[in-house]
Amino acid sequence: MTSLWTRVEPLLARVRKPARYIGCEDGAIEPRHGPGKVAWLLAYPDVYEVGLPNQGLQILYEILNERADAVAERTYAPWVDLEALMRERSIPLFSVDTHRAASDFDVIAFNLSAELVYTNVLNMIDLAGVPIHADRRRPDDPLVIVGGHAAFNPEPLADFIDVAVLGEGEEVVSEITEIVREWKASGRTEGSRDAVLRALSKVPGVYVPSMYEVEYERERTMSITPRYPDVPSLVVKRTVSDLAEWDYPRRPLAPLTEVVHDRLAVEVFRGCTRGCRFCQAGMITRPVRERPAEQVRTMITRGLERTGYNEVSLTSLSTADFSGVESVVSSIVPDPTACGAPTVSLPSLRVDAFTVGLAAQVASGRRSGLTFAPEAGTWRLRTVINKLITEADLYGAVESAYANGWSRMKLYFLTGLPTETDDDTRGIAELAAGCVAIGKKYTSRANVTVSLGGFVPKAHTPFQWFGQNGVDELRRKIGVVRSAASKGVHVKWHDPAASLAEGVASRGDRRVGRVIERVWREGGTFQEWSEFFRLDRWTDALAAEGLDVEWFTTRHRDENELLPWEHLSAGLHRDFLWQDWRAALDEHGLPDCRWTPCYDCGVCTGDGLEHVVASPIPPAGGSQGTGQDLSVGGRVPEAVPVRLGART
Amino acid sequence: MKIRLSYGKWGKVRFLGHLDMARLWERGLRKASAPVAMSAGFTPRPKMSFGLALPTGAESVIELFDVTLDETRIDAENGSIDLELLRSSLTDAMPLGVEVVDVDPIAPQKWSLQEDVTATTWVLAVDTSATDPSELDERVAGVVSSTEIWVDRERKGERRRDDVRPGILDLRIIERGIWPATSELSAWADSVSLLSTDIQFVEATLTTSGRGVRPTEMAEVLRPGVDPWITMPRVVRTHQWIGRDDAPRVSARAGKDITHDHSLEQRLERRSEHSVAGSSGGYD
Repeated sequence: MTSLWTRVEPLLARVRKPARYIGCEDGAIEPRHGPGKVAWLLAYPDVYEVGLPNQGLQILYEILNERADAVAERTYAPWVDLEALMRERSIPLFSVDTHRAASDFDVIAFNLSAELVYTNVLNMIDLAGVPIHADRRRPDDPLVIVGGHAAFNPEPLADFIDVAVLGEGEEVVSEITEIVREWKASGRTEGSRDAVLRALSKVPGVYVPSMYEVEYERERTMSITPRYPDVPSLVVKRTVSDLAEWDYPRRPLAPLTEVVHDRLAVEVFRGCTRGCRFCQAGMITRPVRERPAEQVRTMITRGLERTGYNEVSLTSLSTADFSGVESVVSSIVPDPTACGAPTVSLPSLRVDAFTVGLAAQVASGRRSGLTFAPEAGTWRLRTVINKLITEADLYGAVESAYANGWSRMKLYFLTGLPTETDDDTRGIAELAAGCVAIGKKYTSRANVTVSLGGFVPKAHTPFQWFGQNGVDELRRKIGVVRSAASKGVHVKWHDPAASLAEGVASRGDRRVGRVIERVWREGGTFQEWSEFFRLDRWTDALAAEGLDVEWFTTRHRDENELLPWEHLSAGLHRDFLWQDWRAALDEHGLPDCRWTPCYDCGVCTGDGLEHVVASPIPPAGGSQGTGQDLSVGGRVPEAVPVRLGART
Repeated sequence: MKIRLSYGKWGKVRFLGHLDMARLWERGLRKASAPVAMSAGFTPRPKMSFGLALPTGAESVIELFDVTLDETRIDAENGSIDLELLRSSLTDAMPLGVEVVDVDPIAPQKWSLQEDVTATTWVLAVDTSATDPSELDERVAGVVSSTEIWVDRERKGERRRDDVRPGILDLRIIERGIWPATSELSAWADSVSLLSTDIQFVEATLTTSGRGVRPTEMAEVLRPGVDPWITMPRVVRTHQWIGRDDAPRVSARAGKDITHDHSLEQRLERRSEHSVAGSSGGYD
């Protein structure tokens, strides 16, 4: 158990951004290892600048280090330049805190925030000197655990992981620690690995893939069965009932080098009940649980003092929906004793004038740009995806933004949505042109950037049955928007090829693991990075494994199909998801359940939870907040239009 | 009121670049509640001016930067500022390895720090484990006795061929014994000796203005064609020399006992003056 620092150090002056590997951050905890302690290595399978701000990892880092029987350190994916030098010299993956070898830890726990990082997970396990296949690991090898949003369908990683944790980790990490501690105390004898995994499989929210038998017949999944009677047939996610009890991170990590979100982050609530049907985050994090406004204020003050930051981001899936948002924002006053007044940033803005007013209140100085996400170009399609924003909302927001001094807008849209026609796609360009026209009243510099993402259906959402658009169709739709874009509208897009690979990994079953392994063996790491992504690596690997790319991606699933993640639950009833899928095809929107009667999605009733909101009144402003008339701008047709993936 | 901070940068934090350090100082000053003056305008920035960039990977006994304090904020508190308290709270606010050594009030300047410093002295820890024991001695002697050394190097993204000899004001092999056992440099030498069984220390004074020479370039001159960080796994900046051609050079830390080695400081001053006078005879 010695530090690898003296071996790593001579390499660092020779690689890009060596500060990625030195630790020493504000808030970093000096780990105290000991024989009775379970050592966790919290791993983020992407580069440091992307991984460091991750709140989930920071929260678990603190909770574990507060325990007397645990110690936690962190690691991130070494960039390709350092990896090459490490492999050349047989230096294993190390922690950034004390530069301890990854294989010296009892647990390596990966945060999976996206699917294209899977090859990096394999690469990091391999760099750690641990067998990538779970069934080849010995009792002295660490347990490999995954958590995070993508862990809700961990089947593509089933061969490589020992454990997947569904849902929030605050409580379950302690339960896992206790079981691993016993295992460690027992000496981790030959054959004990299976026993500890079996014990873990009984912990609520913990899924152990090796405890389940999956049968396939040709392409289809036929059955998913626990191998033992005491292993649960359905694993249900974990949810923390009251955020007020978990005011973490208390010692936020402030990095020494620049990272993607270089500011203090304070989480104001979890969950979202807007019910956007494409949004996995919104579906799997239900119900809504707000943090008390007073606690938010304390966390802001304490965090700014600790880190020296002068910017705080109030994070959530839709921060304008936080019932305490106005009181919190108005309480952040310039502090004359610090250099510079703290500024507030509000990510995930709702699209309405109220929200822009809020943004104007917090924006200090130069107004660079404002981003909205209408997601679809027409009201019809927005009712399909349940993003219930009217044109009046968007134009009101844009008018308000220009009136408040912003001159650049960015609009996020998805293409390849269910039932999308070329009219809908062209609607994107029309909406953008409408925004430019409003802007011209205020400034000649008015311009709008349209950012197009190819829609990838995700597990545990109403769109999990939808066959995504192929690469050619997504490219064609990008072309439709580009040719319809008028002056002042700039169109940017996400690579449709990457959307296809993401689709394979998102809704894949266990057989996709062999594809991921091949892509990794061919050198396909950092697949989220366009300079390293190559679709042919994925299609070649699928072909080599005899798997059909269309089966996993562009094919529509029917109601009776057994989905590969059917034994895992985010608390949502299958019936609710299916009905919501049918409602989508009926162009039928579903208002937010915080202020309307319960639809019985299953989450609250199943978990004995309730939405924790400080205010029973919907937030002010815009049709999204005020119980809007859903028929505005659209109609609810009688017959079910069968337009799945239709082209016009 | 303007103050000049001198700080050392040691250990892991040497891998922080110049821009990272600037960002960290901004945060550090806020954490230490320093009454820093802010610029006017849409996005007020703290008024700080940084000295010569330290290359990422290099350590330093002496880095400098200037901060303007806000008189009205000092007055509003108690009319004076405790600079020693500021020094210690800044050290606490900065990451491990950044040691604020001095905080001194300074007169408003004609020149910026970057223009003021015309030469810097470095100690290069040269790994000689893979080479003939006499090679480094010969190479140093060769450099000293030469009148020109042409190297290909990159400046502002352009490849060019330069004579770096005029930029090398002094070069010598030194024994670590010249540093008292309690000094920072002695502790540094101890940590360097963990890297390799054979480390030799080379002291180089290099110009920073005009066709300035970087320590990595010095290492490439000592061992051409080898990655400078293999030749020189550690390097530390020990002096920054302030002064123009028409004025005597003074160490930026003149009057401050940092290396605990007055003879070295005096020797350097003498020799730098010598070299600036244009004779290559300054090298012994």
